[in-house]
Amino acid sequence: MYLKKEYLYEHDQPYKVMPGPEGFVIPAAASMGVELPEVGGGLLYGELVSEDRAMEEIARRFLTDPNPTLHPGPLVIWAWNEHAVEKARAVIGIAAEIPDLMIIPMADYRPRYPKIEPEEMINPNHPNLTIWHNKEGVCAFVGVHCHYANLTLKMIRAGTNCCTVALCAEQGHEDAMLTVRDCDAAKLWKLAGVIKRTREKMGIPAPAVAPTGGYGPVDNKRVIVHTPEEWAKIVESARTGKNFAMAKAVGVSPELGRPEGAH
Amino acid sequence: MSEHEPEQKTNPQGDVISTTASVKVDAGKDPHAEAKKQRVVSPEYFFFEAPRERSFITGSEAGKEAIRRANVDFSIAYPITPQTETMQLIGVLYGEGYVKEYYRGEEEYGVMSTMAGASRAGVRCFTATAGPGTLRGIEPIASWPGHRLPLVAIFTCRVVNAPLAIQPDNIEITYLLNCGMILFHAENQQDVFDFILKGFMISEANDVTLPVGIAYDGFFVTHARGYVWMPPKDIKLPPRLAYHGAVPVLDAENPPARLSRDAPVQKSNFMSYNIHNVWQQEVWGATERAKKYINYYMGGLLEAQDTDAEVLLVASGSAAAQSREAVRLLAEQGIRAGIVKIRSLRPFPTRELQRACAKAKLIVCPEYNYVGWMAKEVKAALYGELNPVPLIIGGPRVFGGMSMPVELIVETVIGGIKKISPAHAVVGAGLKDNGQKGNGGKKGEEMSADDKSKLAHFYQNI
Repeated sequence: MYLKKEYLYEHDQPYKVMPGPEGFVIPAAASMGVELPEVGGGLLYGELVSEDRAMEEIARRFLTDPNPTLHPGPLVIWAWNEHAVEKARAVIGIAAEIPDLMIIPMADYRPRYPKIEPEEMINPNHPNLTIWHNKEGVCAFVGVHCHYANLTLKMIRAGTNCCTVALCAEQGHEDAMLTVRDCDAAKLWKLAGVIKRTREKMGIPAPAVAPTGGYGPVDNKRVIVHTPEEWAKIVESARTGKNFAMAKAVGVSPELGRPEGAH
Repeated sequence: MSEHEPEQKTNPQGDVISTTASVKVDAGKDPHAEAKKQRVVSPEYFFFEAPRERSFITGSEAGKEAIRRANVDFSIAYPITPQTETMQLIGVLYGEGYVKEYYRGEEEYGVMSTMAGASRAGVRCFTATAGPGTLRGIEPIASWPGHRLPLVAIFTCRVVNAPLAIQPDNIEITYLLNCGMILFHAENQQDVFDFILKGFMISEANDVTLPVGIAYDGFFVTHARGYVWMPPKDIKLPPRLAYHGAVPVLDAENPPARLSRDAPVQKSNFMSYNIHNVWQQEVWGATERAKKYINYYMGGLLEAQDTDAEVLLVASGSAAAQSREAVRLLAEQGIRAGIVKIRSLRPFPTRELQRACAKAKLIVCPEYNYVGWMAKEVKAALYGELNPVPLIIGGPRVFGGMSMPVELIVETVIGGIKKISPAHAVVGAGLKDNGQKGNGGKKGEEMSADDKSKLAHFYQNI
């Protein structure tokens, strides 16, 4: 009796989720046997590893690849509950550890017509355009609803050579090259710490200037924070929680996961 | 009858209708009192630890009892013919306060569209339909998975093509297989109860976020009674955590409402072919992710018994129930047969089936439909995977609401073993030298008069 070993496919090797471009029509990693990690785990190019191992690789890639970029999504951009604000602070904490970082948000999921502005936005309907335009070597998504994150990650893997990272509040993402699950504020701060330690170990100085937006038409990056001092204040208030200038969160109970008073 | 007594409902023949009796309202007594006493428990306690008591109820009543414990927010019905009692009984639950919102839709297209809206709004939704209603609602049903809408819908199988029947013909399942939804096929009343409740947990898991369809066969499961083990009425599942879903909730009160995904989904001219491509992949990828939850809650995508046997019956729904009896009859005749019951049609248990069939030399797929969708699934799953290659017989099949006598399955097995037409494999004849008169099962040999008489009697009594 002959049975193929589970999850071994045409090349008799476990499916790897590597930076692309992978091809015109690529399979979903979930359909190729890549499984999401259990609690405390992560994915490293399709392989189940510990969360710590995944974080180390995320740090290494963000400190060594060209044009590292953070793509914060609606769940951390909008102050729709207290936890979103907490996570937004942690995202700033991560940004403060990465030199030459770009921050290009995915503010919502609606298709942009007739075209997107790739230096200031990424959109799940054509994320490859933003990746190409900014020549992103590594990018991380945080605060994006899982369905849209999966669409985005597949398209980037199909058509670009960018290394993708998914910092997921739920179970993680198979189509990201690197993923960590259950990313609440505490876990994002933990990642910021791992990046800081890795940076110091590698002898890379702390970033002296603020993150920027994407590349503008004359190849200079869009400014999002005007001075290093201004950025230092933002980072400080993100770390301490004091004077954190965000709108008051509206009423969604984090325990119930639904608006207070809703039945 | 005094004018203050509630009117006793009857059918046109004057028979008292008891199963749909309206809730008796005692002045001063809260009709929702029992529902309000329910407490939320964890799925683990509900499914694996809570004590269960046995009841003897119909499949429709099993559906009602499942919804009583499912913490359902919204249920909508349309009484298409042929329906089942299920949605009427949910109406009774609404009267008792177990379901928060319930009403009758204008027709099935409206029902299924309303289910979509309610699921997007973030509430736990349930509906049931049957036969032609399934196909009338198929357009919105087929769009549920792409919109990533968690909900549970029952599809009772009662023939879709004219002439209609009320007994099982599950040809409508073939239309549901490729929508992208998760689809289970219940064998009996216990499955109905369990699959509905577990279906909600699987459907609403963040990495799944897909509708769950539960098919079961008309009359044998919907209207016939069977034993069902159920946890007490005073516990229910935890509510849906919509804000942990894979897509934003359409919440008019909170900022993510601005993330409306729905109009653009239909505006293909604003979207690249690429996103349509990955969108479909994502839906089917989510069905793959559902496997771990199906394994956890339901104990596997399939249920296999005696897979060391060289003869295997692979079936789902009522055909699985008939196959169990066929296994017993075959054993009486000295033939060892195992059974593989497919619980989950989507995701299909391809790998699991390959493992279960590894030692089989003959695989028989009995079905309640003309087209043989299960046999096609089985053949596709096993093609090129097993060595030596087993003989796979797509049948026996009954359709149009016919019953499936167990003897038909036995004949097909015997025919497969002896490589003769099932018509020549008279039940119990010549399988072994047990003193019976028979034709010995030899190809082309005439049946004895005794066997012909048995066969005639058998067919007269189908």
